[in-house]
Amino acid sequence: MKIREILLEPIFSKNPIALQVLGICSALAVTTSLETSIVMSIALTMVTAFSSMLISTIRNFLPSSIRIIVQMTVIASLVIVVDQILQAYLFDISKKLSVFVGLIITNCIVMGRAEAFAMKNPPIPSFLDGIGNGLGYSLVLLTVGSIRELFGAGRLLGYEIIPLIENGGWYQANGLLLLPPSAFFLIGLFIWVLRSVKKEQVEAPEYRLAPHVSAKEAV
Amino acid sequence: MEHYVTLLIRAVFIENLALAFFLGMCTFIALSKKVETAIGLGVAVVVVQTITVPVNNLIYHYLLNDGALAWAGLPDMSLKFLGFLCYIGVIAAIVQILEMFLDKYVPALYNALGVFLPLITVNCAILAGSLFMVERDYSFGESVVYGIGSGVGWALAIAALAGVREKLKYSDVPDGLRGLGITFITVGLMSLGFMSFGGMSF
Repeated sequence: MKIREILLEPIFSKNPIALQVLGICSALAVTTSLETSIVMSIALTMVTAFSSMLISTIRNFLPSSIRIIVQMTVIASLVIVVDQILQAYLFDISKKLSVFVGLIITNCIVMGRAEAFAMKNPPIPSFLDGIGNGLGYSLVLLTVGSIRELFGAGRLLGYEIIPLIENGGWYQANGLLLLPPSAFFLIGLFIWVLRSVKKEQVEAPEYRLAPHVSAKEAV
Repeated sequence: MEHYVTLLIRAVFIENLALAFFLGMCTFIALSKKVETAIGLGVAVVVVQTITVPVNNLIYHYLLNDGALAWAGLPDMSLKFLGFLCYIGVIAAIVQILEMFLDKYVPALYNALGVFLPLITVNCAILAGSLFMVERDYSFGESVVYGIGSGVGWALAIAALAGVREKLKYSDVPDGLRGLGITFITVGLMSLGFMSFGGMSF
């Protein structure tokens, strides 16, 4: 497989969040502001890339009966490193992200890529696959994060973009966007947009409505 | 006593793991197509959560916290940074033990839970229960109550969503929204409903 393909495919055509339904827990929780979304995206991309690479290098020595626990240990160790770095250099953001940095361990994207790609491919492609999937995740996170911060608080990265009413502007901040339900709505709409562009991702209906019965048949 | 009741209600309704903190979403969305499977998974989560949160509480207080190793003659030691690794290890081990125990002594429940039990290891709701317990510094008693409450809240949410989705499949949804998209919108509406519990302050 070509490098370009490995890197770009997970961003649009095989987006881990929109198509594979992986790793949405954190995607919803940390997107109240753009800043936390950016930090979380970087953290997850790094963990996925390096865990895929490490697991891929030891894949030939791993007995399949204990592979899950080994993968888990590798991922957990990487997350500890990320968490310690965040606590050392970005303490405020690390407080805001609270438990969600730790939850990268159980983020399905990381485990999913380790299991589906890294166990079968050499280290370099696995690393790129990790980066690609991390970017796919980041795309959704950054989109949702910017929308929520921009319309929920009128700001981006803390700078006022839309002048708010209380500061003499015209925009009344929509507080709903900072609350949990709006994250669900936004991801739902994001999926809708993505699937309207890429028709092949539309799910087949389980049931079809019967066509309207014409007057003649009804008699 | 009142303190514990408050904590229980908080954990089940106000701070619902699935609808207020988005935890365990992957399995929440993936396995909520049928009410039956949803309830099976819900029960499994309650059982595992009730055991793992208190156990991790003991590990935190007697092994990892600052000065926790004083009983071993090491009062300056802090193993907090090993937290994640320990909690996930404990969860994986407990799930495994529970699986073997149920297989031997309660085969009926074991068969009912089926594949869901091993899946729970990677459910973020379980790990999050332990992490919240550490972050909020719960005592042992509180951690037992919180474990039960957060598990029940999650089970309640997935059972309710499965009920909605069983009806939803008969409706005529726009193409791009069908399946995953509309499920998210539904969960959003449920979350909106659960937010009304937020008004109950204690």
